[in-house]
Amino acid sequence: MSVEKIIFYVFAAILIASASLVVTTRNSVRATLFLVLCFVCSAILWMLLEAEFLAISLVLVYVGAVMVLFLFVVMMLDVDYAALKSGFVRFLPLALVVAGLVFAAIYSIVSSVHFGLEAYATPAAHPAEYSNIKELGMLIYTDYFYPFELAAVLLLVAIVAAISLTFRGSRERKVQKPEWQVAVNRADRVQLVKMAAVKKEQAAPASDAASE
Amino acid sequence: MLEAIHAWMDSVAGGDPFIAGVLTVAWTLVKILSVLLPLVICVAFYTLAERKVIGFMQVRIGPNRVGPFGLLQPFADVVKLLMKEIIVPSGANKGLFIIAPLLTLAPAFAAWAVVPFDAGVALADVNAGLLYILAMTSLTVYGVIVGGWASNSKYGFLGALRSAAQIVSYEIAMGFAIVCVLLVSHSMNFGEIVNAQQGGFFSWNWLPLLPMLVVYFVSGLAETNRAPFDLPEGESEIVAGYFVEYAGAPFALYFLAEYADMILVSLLTAVLFFGGWLSPFPESWGLLGASSFVWLLVKTAFFMFAFLWVRATFPRFRYDQVMRLGWKVFIPLTIVWVVVTAALVKGGVI
Repeated sequence: MSVEKIIFYVFAAILIASASLVVTTRNSVRATLFLVLCFVCSAILWMLLEAEFLAISLVLVYVGAVMVLFLFVVMMLDVDYAALKSGFVRFLPLALVVAGLVFAAIYSIVSSVHFGLEAYATPAAHPAEYSNIKELGMLIYTDYFYPFELAAVLLLVAIVAAISLTFRGSRERKVQKPEWQVAVNRADRVQLVKMAAVKKEQAAPASDAASE
Repeated sequence: MLEAIHAWMDSVAGGDPFIAGVLTVAWTLVKILSVLLPLVICVAFYTLAERKVIGFMQVRIGPNRVGPFGLLQPFADVVKLLMKEIIVPSGANKGLFIIAPLLTLAPAFAAWAVVPFDAGVALADVNAGLLYILAMTSLTVYGVIVGGWASNSKYGFLGALRSAAQIVSYEIAMGFAIVCVLLVSHSMNFGEIVNAQQGGFFSWNWLPLLPMLVVYFVSGLAETNRAPFDLPEGESEIVAGYFVEYAGAPFALYFLAEYADMILVSLLTAVLFFGGWLSPFPESWGLLGASSFVWLLVKTAFFMFAFLWVRATFPRFRYDQVMRLGWKVFIPLTIVWVVVTAALVKGGVI
């Protein structure tokens, strides 16, 4: 067995194990961390396929940013685990049907009929100086330009939707304006007033009164 | 010498793939150690330098008891930290609590795999080196969040939340600043980025990309949780933030990761914007004009000093100011500058 095969089987096993732990773990923070492990393992599998740009961007975007925000939210939620499990038996038949349908749908697309060894020739290994970033850039900005722009618009729609959900009208409450805070001068805040010197009345020494 | 080692490995293996594999792994381990050991020693003396430099700036002496001029202080600190008891708070998530410092340290060390030290000298001289470093530095945040959450402490959790928000926000600006660099140098390989800057002090990237240099260094300060962006630690408000419950060796690991990241950001600033191992002087100056590892060391040392200088100079930001700087100043600025840089590169100005 070659080294690549050993690496593939080890990380594929970790990938499947952590993916099943994502759904079976009780603690939602742990489930999120297992999902992170999942992403890291699949990044390594992509690396084995010489798709290093995709592998690194998977780590950079999903592990480094998206899952951090996920974890951020999950940590602050107060999840009631007992309530989550309460309807388990009642919804089990329905859930099994849905799961079967989803599995059938996915299998019809990515079954071994379409992606088996017969359907695809073994990809040729590329020389060391081959840069798949350049290839990918050329493809994205020429052949796949239209889908690429559509995906960008989709993200824009998501941003607009998120902002409109959280927008609470124009800001009429009192807020700090940092540009004002920075622009403040001493002259705006402090006024020095010239006063004539005042001579205090000479009070009787208190110590003398106490000693008498 | 490298050829001699490879020849020796071939002669020992004698064509047996298993022995050859074992030797390759052993040789790679030696190479990794030859990067990480100097790094760890550098971190140890960086902590001493920090106390000395800040002491000097605040007209104090700094540590001077252990060894001549306090030079043995880092070793005393290491021994102290390793001898301390590892305390796991009650109610803490024990497994995650122990694993969290490792989650910060491992990517901080892994990033050094592609760091260049001289022309062609790196553990792995890969095409996507820049991208790999970005990916690895973005992973260090996990140790911080998991550590803060697992320690079952309000202060720790607040520190973790602050850190997550801060690191994610400044990563975007940092990424765009790096995109400008790779637009100018047409490559993500560190060797080629440095080679694209050849031609003396004024052909380095700092001049055409001056705003990006500022954005990159300030984002570097924020990414490594250093003053004035040390809100995740915030001694005066949330005690020590995400590592408040950590003592002894796990605390030392957090410390090691933070300082290794600071050295990494300093080195990357030198490589991306200041010509790496290239000399600022013309080639006719002999030894001074030759590009060498020493130039990279000098430049890195300057930025490491700048980290300390900034810490001794600026007060801590307020949290809303940190977020405003990241989202409302740096990100719009960098997005505009990416477009400007692309136009300048296309027009042949840079």
